[in-house]
Amino acid sequence: MSARDANESVKDASIQAAGRLGIAKTYKIYIDGKFPRTESGRYFEYAFKTGTGSANLCWSSRKDFRDAVTSARGAFAGWAKATAFNRGQILYRIAEMLESRRSQFIEELTWQGLSTLEAEKEVATSIDRLVYFAGWADKYQQVYSAVNPVSASYFNFSILEPTGVVSILAPEESALLGLVSVIAPVIAGGNTCVVLVSGEKPLSAVTFAEVLNSSDLPGGVVNILTGQRKELLAHMSTHMDVNALVYTGSNAEEIKTVQLNVATNVKRLILLKDWNRENPNLIQDTQEVKTTWHPIGI
Amino acid sequence: MKDRLGDSGENMIEEIRAKAVRRMSLFTNAVGIDAVGIDERVARLNARSIKKSSKLQALKLALSMVDLTTLEARDTAGKVKQLCQKAMHPCDAVPGLPTPAAICVYPNFISIAKKALKGSSVKIASVATAFPSGMSTLKVKLDETRWAVDQGANEIDMVISRGKFLTGDYAFVSDEIAAVKEACGPAHLKVILETGELSTLDNVRLASDLAMEAGADFIKTSTGKVQPAATLPVTLVMLEAIRDYYYKTGKKIGMKPAGGIQTAKTALQYLVMVRETLGEGWLNPDYFRFGASVLVNDLLRQIVKEHTGVYQSLDYFTKD
Amino acid sequence: MAKKPIKKTIKKIAKKVTKKSAVKRAEITPLSFNTGWSYDPAPESADHVKLAKRYELFINGEFTAPNEGKYFDTVNPATEAKLAEVAEASEADVDRAVKAARKAYENVWSKMPARERGKYLYRIARIIQERSRELSVLESMDGGKPIRESRTVDVPLAAAHFFYYAGWADKLDYAFPGQRVKSLGVAGQIIPWNFPLLMAAWKIAPALATGNTVVLKPAETTPLTALKLAEILQQAELPPGVVNIITGAGATGAALVKHPGIDKVAFTGSTDVGKIIQRALAGTSKKYTLELGGKSANIIFEDAALDQAVEGIVNGIFFNQGHVCCAGSRLYVQESVAETVIRKLKDRMQTLIVGDPLDKNTDVGAINSKMQLEKIEEYLEIGRGEGADFYQAPCPVPKKGYWCRPTIFTGVAQSHRVSQEEIFGPVLTIQTFRTVEEALEKANNSPYGLAGGVWTDKGSKIFKVSSAIRSGVIWGNTYNKFDPTSPFGGYKESGLGREGGLHGLKPYLEMQT
Repeated sequence: MSARDANESVKDASIQAAGRLGIAKTYKIYIDGKFPRTESGRYFEYAFKTGTGSANLCWSSRKDFRDAVTSARGAFAGWAKATAFNRGQILYRIAEMLESRRSQFIEELTWQGLSTLEAEKEVATSIDRLVYFAGWADKYQQVYSAVNPVSASYFNFSILEPTGVVSILAPEESALLGLVSVIAPVIAGGNTCVVLVSGEKPLSAVTFAEVLNSSDLPGGVVNILTGQRKELLAHMSTHMDVNALVYTGSNAEEIKTVQLNVATNVKRLILLKDWNRENPNLIQDTQEVKTTWHPIGI
Repeated sequence: MKDRLGDSGENMIEEIRAKAVRRMSLFTNAVGIDAVGIDERVARLNARSIKKSSKLQALKLALSMVDLTTLEARDTAGKVKQLCQKAMHPCDAVPGLPTPAAICVYPNFISIAKKALKGSSVKIASVATAFPSGMSTLKVKLDETRWAVDQGANEIDMVISRGKFLTGDYAFVSDEIAAVKEACGPAHLKVILETGELSTLDNVRLASDLAMEAGADFIKTSTGKVQPAATLPVTLVMLEAIRDYYYKTGKKIGMKPAGGIQTAKTALQYLVMVRETLGEGWLNPDYFRFGASVLVNDLLRQIVKEHTGVYQSLDYFTKD
Repeated sequence: MAKKPIKKTIKKIAKKVTKKSAVKRAEITPLSFNTGWSYDPAPESADHVKLAKRYELFINGEFTAPNEGKYFDTVNPATEAKLAEVAEASEADVDRAVKAARKAYENVWSKMPARERGKYLYRIARIIQERSRELSVLESMDGGKPIRESRTVDVPLAAAHFFYYAGWADKLDYAFPGQRVKSLGVAGQIIPWNFPLLMAAWKIAPALATGNTVVLKPAETTPLTALKLAEILQQAELPPGVVNIITGAGATGAALVKHPGIDKVAFTGSTDVGKIIQRALAGTSKKYTLELGGKSANIIFEDAALDQAVEGIVNGIFFNQGHVCCAGSRLYVQESVAETVIRKLKDRMQTLIVGDPLDKNTDVGAINSKMQLEKIEEYLEIGRGEGADFYQAPCPVPKKGYWCRPTIFTGVAQSHRVSQEEIFGPVLTIQTFRTVEEALEKANNSPYGLAGGVWTDKGSKIFKVSSAIRSGVIWGNTYNKFDPTSPFGGYKESGLGREGGLHGLKPYLEMQT
């Protein structure tokens, strides 16, 4: 309940009636497993579509992005080395945590303009999608790896390895499902990420950060920023310590910009025209192929 | 023999080198260590559950094996005197406790320790050979060793030349140990391998074998100045080296893990490891030591808990 | 001045050299392990385990009395005390169970979206994790395996199998490129007594993930954790009839195999019974997989990390009292290091603790049953009779219960019976070899082909040996490692079909080209 909303209810109630002022949530960003405010101190106001209040969201700066990348890089070695089973368990735990907060997320989605029915469907699909990718964590390797029958006495095998730190521009049009759809395949494969969430529907992302934080996910594996895409796009696509960029949307100018920018360090660019699907290719997108040779002999 | 001790000292040095080279041929079939296998063996050993009287017995045994240590650049006479007091009286409130085996200090404090420990059975171990880096000349290291022994040290803890070891100059490392052993005279020699700088368990094994062949009485893991210091995997490798050496020569070499052993629980894990690798013969302060300082109070806490059944606070144990 | 110290050094070295050889010539006292400080009993509490006096059959989602009202006892092999009465399923009960599985398959399970099927399996995995302490204590009480093993290996692996296969339920399109797949229907599954809960997981998880329903018969000496699993299935709200658990002995198993209402048989057990099943299924269209016996070779080369290899020997044959189908029961050690390896092995055997399975320090628990102990003791007699040298760790064993001390036979040849036949106990035969070719020839010289171990520091040798040994699982510089993602199964008379991993899906599916 927002402060304004609560005040209204007190005004309407009679003096004897039970009236209680709600405690409004401060919407912060999520970096390194903690919830700081933006270092820039800037905010943008988001008015709830239900007319029941508004919230001030952090207007993240390039420095926030820079700090998030540092955190993601620091978390990468540990996350990539975690067993596939462990990563799958954590993704499943994220689903458990989201499921236990269903009503909160449904309500928050209605504040962002969805009907209750749409909101219920979106939350259910998001949970199921997390379970879907949790199940891939310890299997994609079996589907995409190969033992290669080279023409000499060598044992030759190709396996997938995570590419590293991934910048993600989450879908503008979706508050929760889009976010889950772009994050899950990236981290299932052992990468860490910095996500700039939807500017149109930013609330669920911040609450989702709370879910991540209570899921045994190590700090820094997912970092969540609210802010302006046009301000951060350049940094997200030029940063030399970012290995891949996942772009959602169809703005031709933006696309051209990122295509040029990724050349700074030969970033892998993933243009996700259709993010709303369940397919292990989404995991493969942010993986490298490592081939090893070893003699067979005495 | 007499014929070969010719006129020039260079012939004799050549002799020593030749012998060292023959010893080095042992290392062409250096023992390989599987690190994953070592980690699994350690995990199995750590699953041992030590309870009741066997726990109390082990805690007291561990206490008797401690080399109570202070090796800080800011040590003073006062600090060392207080350390000696703690060694002689770890916890007077509990009857029947053994004292730590020794105190371990910089050579400048041996004479002070000697006076402070007069009449007690606590030995004096001193570091030497340009501890902890070992970056000095042989002459300086031998002079320091001889001086420390003169001052009254019962035991010398030396460091090997890690840089030389990593470049493969094993003859140099070996000769150095042999020379220091000679300079020790009656004092027993612990050779610190500084396992945290050796990078692989294969190297730890090689350094252990090398040190034992060259005359070490004890092989020791660390100076405590480098992370990681003592670890269970490294200790297991060293104990296995000692076992093989025993079966090859009949000689028992002691072992000392040092640095980072802060809790009684960890100390007991080391004792289980010694018991199941080398057996009873090494479960005494003559062949096994802990290089530690805060460990003593945690051992005391656990001992009192075993006696009373009540979890203890550090407020009740003296911090010297 | 320089001469004196160097003279002294040379004299000292000379003295040392002569002293060393003098000591070598004399006997070097073997290390002594079990005097002085020893471990007090460290029992795991069994108070929290809820054990009923009598267990019924689990059919169609509920516990139901057996048709003929017969029950049999299950006993704790460490104490010989009776734990509970367990129902004996007759042919009529088997029929009931198969019909329940068929109904659940047709009406519920095959119609359910695959994603939802997966979610049930995830639930089961999580509940196993939540109730792991109770399951591991029960497993040790019913079967004799040490509590340290049941709680660090058996129960976590069982949960992991359910977790792994849960994820495959809605992803089968990716497991077989270009193929459409269909579930088979009802699977009849028979499991052994050496890893009771884990074997139940190995069977149930892939069957359910691929859309089949199950009738499972646990081994008669170890029914209790399967029945606890039935309670877990209820807690997970698994639809009735999807899994049915019917306890009984050989007759129950035979009735299940013969029942015309099942589409597939999955069996883990002895090679002899496996052949009986193969014959019984002739003339039917039932699919089957068999995971049978073994006499696996563990090969140690002279360039192995020897201390770790010795640990591998111990893991290979003494772990789980040697009741392991893939046990490394034949040791082949290169002659140049044989004496050293055997000395190290004997030293290591001194510290193995045989005793109460519920004691946290126990390494080797009780032999599963009186019958099995008699079989093992028969082989010990055969081995001694054949002239092999016999050594047993001199450890104390409790008075009551079924126990066998870890045993090694040295001076063994291929033609000794003890090196050919599966003993299924903590008994190792040791042979030497001189060349790689000889080791490979001897390793393959067996009707079995389940597993193998190779110990060497040389990578290329590992790949060479692994490609040459005719076994389904090769462990390089390790032994007895299991993972739900890793396929397991045998060559030759050790069985056919694979369990675990992507390949473990195939036996439960029909490929539609």
